[in-house]
Amino acid sequence: MLRFVVRRLLQVVPTLLLLSVLVFAWLRSLPGGPASAFLGDRATPERVAELNRVLGLDQPVWVQYLRFLGRAFTGDLGNSQITGEPVLSEIGRALPATVELSVAALLIAVTLGIPLGYLSARHRGRPLDVATVIGTLVGVAVPVFFLGYLLKAVFAVELGLFPPSGRQSVGIDATNVTGFAVLDGLLTRELDASWDALTHLVLPAVALATIPLAVIVRITRASVLDVLGSDFVRTANAKGLAPSTVRGRHVLRNALLPVSTTIGLQTGLLLAGAVLTEKVFVWGGIGTLLAQGIEQRDYPRLQALLLLGALVYVLVNLLVDLSYAIIDPRVRLS
Amino acid sequence: MSAAAGAERGIGAPLLEVRDLRVTFARRGGPDTVAVDGVDFAVAPGEIVGLVGESGCGKSVTSLAIMRLLPERGNRVAGEVRMDGIDLLGLSDAAMRERRGRDLSMVFQDPLSSLNPVVPIGVQVTEVLRRHRGMRKEPARREAAELLDRVGIPDPRRRLGSYPHQLSGGMRQRALIAIALACRPRLLIADEPTTALDVTIQAQILGLLAELVAETGAALIMITHDLGVVAGLCDTVNVLYGGRIVERSQRHRLFATPRHPYTHGLLSSIPRLDSAPGEELVAIPGSVNDNLPWAHGCAFAPRCPRAMEACEQRTPAPEEIGGRLLRCHNPVPASAG
Ligand SMILES: Nc1ncnc2c1ncn2[C@@H]1O[C@H](COP(=O)(O)OP(=O)(O)O)[C@@H](O)[C@H]1O
Ligand SMILES: [Mg+2]
Repeated sequence: MLRFVVRRLLQVVPTLLLLSVLVFAWLRSLPGGPASAFLGDRATPERVAELNRVLGLDQPVWVQYLRFLGRAFTGDLGNSQITGEPVLSEIGRALPATVELSVAALLIAVTLGIPLGYLSARHRGRPLDVATVIGTLVGVAVPVFFLGYLLKAVFAVELGLFPPSGRQSVGIDATNVTGFAVLDGLLTRELDASWDALTHLVLPAVALATIPLAVIVRITRASVLDVLGSDFVRTANAKGLAPSTVRGRHVLRNALLPVSTTIGLQTGLLLAGAVLTEKVFVWGGIGTLLAQGIEQRDYPRLQALLLLGALVYVLVNLLVDLSYAIIDPRVRLS
Repeated sequence: MSAAAGAERGIGAPLLEVRDLRVTFARRGGPDTVAVDGVDFAVAPGEIVGLVGESGCGKSVTSLAIMRLLPERGNRVAGEVRMDGIDLLGLSDAAMRERRGRDLSMVFQDPLSSLNPVVPIGVQVTEVLRRHRGMRKEPARREAAELLDRVGIPDPRRRLGSYPHQLSGGMRQRALIAIALACRPRLLIADEPTTALDVTIQAQILGLLAELVAETGAALIMITHDLGVVAGLCDTVNVLYGGRIVERSQRHRLFATPRHPYTHGLLSSIPRLDSAPGEELVAIPGSVNDNLPWAHGCAFAPRCPRAMEACEQRTPAPEEIGGRLLRCHNPVPASAG
């Protein structure tokens, strides 16, 4: 187990190296550059050249890359061209907001998705199942930002049940401990702040949860149907076991195997959805950094963000493989 | 061995009585499929009864209907399945669950898919002990190890922690037999328990089943498509064709003088021990699927070498002839066995 983890972690290094080359080359192949984005349409070629020289962009790409790499090994991914601040500290500050949003969305998707998928399978063909299947089709098809604006219009603007945007109300003076607003309030016993943060979290989390929720419901439903028809469930029933034993030990334990893989994949995709959700709800996390970075062609920031995304994706997949090996004895880690 | 003794004991009140069992499956955009079409038979305490017929003739559906394990929807079961005089088909789900695994239990065809792949063998044995015998965890584990030992699984204590994929096919079927017999049921139904196993293992498993039912006094319904399997085992043999019993007899009599042309055909297609593996058997021409519905004559008529005009016009009724049940207008003469 430990050897497996170490080996997989070592594999991450070449993966990230390769990715860094691709990201580096890809960003510089995009039309426009930081100088023209910064100086606008009326920039003279001289000013552009001047700025490029200051930013080191007049060097050959491979020289730029080696410099980047050299610094990266010392833990320095460069400074943002927009703010001049080290990109890692920018990211460090924005990360908790995005993680909070993603975790909330994932919790919603998993805690609702698995029971709904199970019930849908148990009541296959009945109204509950039909409604669920249609609901998941819609859920997967609706774009996140459209749903976000819709939720905002109805539940924030029209009904006034939730705040329309941001992470905190003006005037709330919360202590920052971890950067996770809801958690901080609990830690410092500022329950008002915690509650305030929670109300801000609801709409964006629901918007972000929709697609993973729909996917988890569908995978769970299909998987439960599959397992319900299997021979070993028939054996369990032939033993006269209590329905709760059959359901838990025999049906769910097997049906959740494919669901765990799906949860891992969805976690990776959640980051992409978070970018859109953050824009709608002015959330101020990684998504905001990314959007700004793209507009301004902030190479160092974009490089760091893309590599971070890749790293998260690789780690999540490692976690999925590990959890799979723990719940399925047939899987050998090698 | 116990076979003849079981037949003798069969005189008393039956343990299980299946009366006019009928199972229909609803089919999308078509008429219903009649899988079991009025089956009657009885099992005496300790008796070994064979249910024989080609694949698709309704053997599994019959056994699942007795156990009430057919899919929850899409089928209709009619008739009676009386155990100790109580109709199992009329019981509540909860009352049936009480009996399953305790009074009657079942061993299935494919031991790998019939065991839960992610639960240790030990738990799969103890859960039935805990459910029906109210045993606590530790005593149940000890009992489970003894059960595994009894069915011939070596190193049973260690095997309790093994998963199904770590056992061989034969060992898995032994484990399933241990599970089925854990609560000493009075009736065991074995649905083609050796079909998925290597030929060399088949005889061992059959021997084990015979030994265990003799030892525990359980009655056994042995379901198979292979008359060779019932040859050394059953007291009484029911031959099924197209969802109906076409011939029933005491085993020796059936093998000596098969009267129904279908039974006769089955017997001549039994593989001999000296035939090469995979060698074609003398198959009965046609297959069970292109049969006539029983409503319009004998379902076997299109494949029957002895078919007459009457066979395609009148459905043969079951008749008691010389201690056997026969459903045929033109049976094989008794002397021509
Ligand atoms: N779940 C089901 N739905 C529809 N038809 C079924 C189902 N199970 C069995 N049947 C049909 O019932 C008939 C008898 O099947 P079965 O009892 O499995 O045969 P066998 O004698 O080989 O065990 C077959 O024609 C089969 O197609
Ligand atoms: Mg069958």
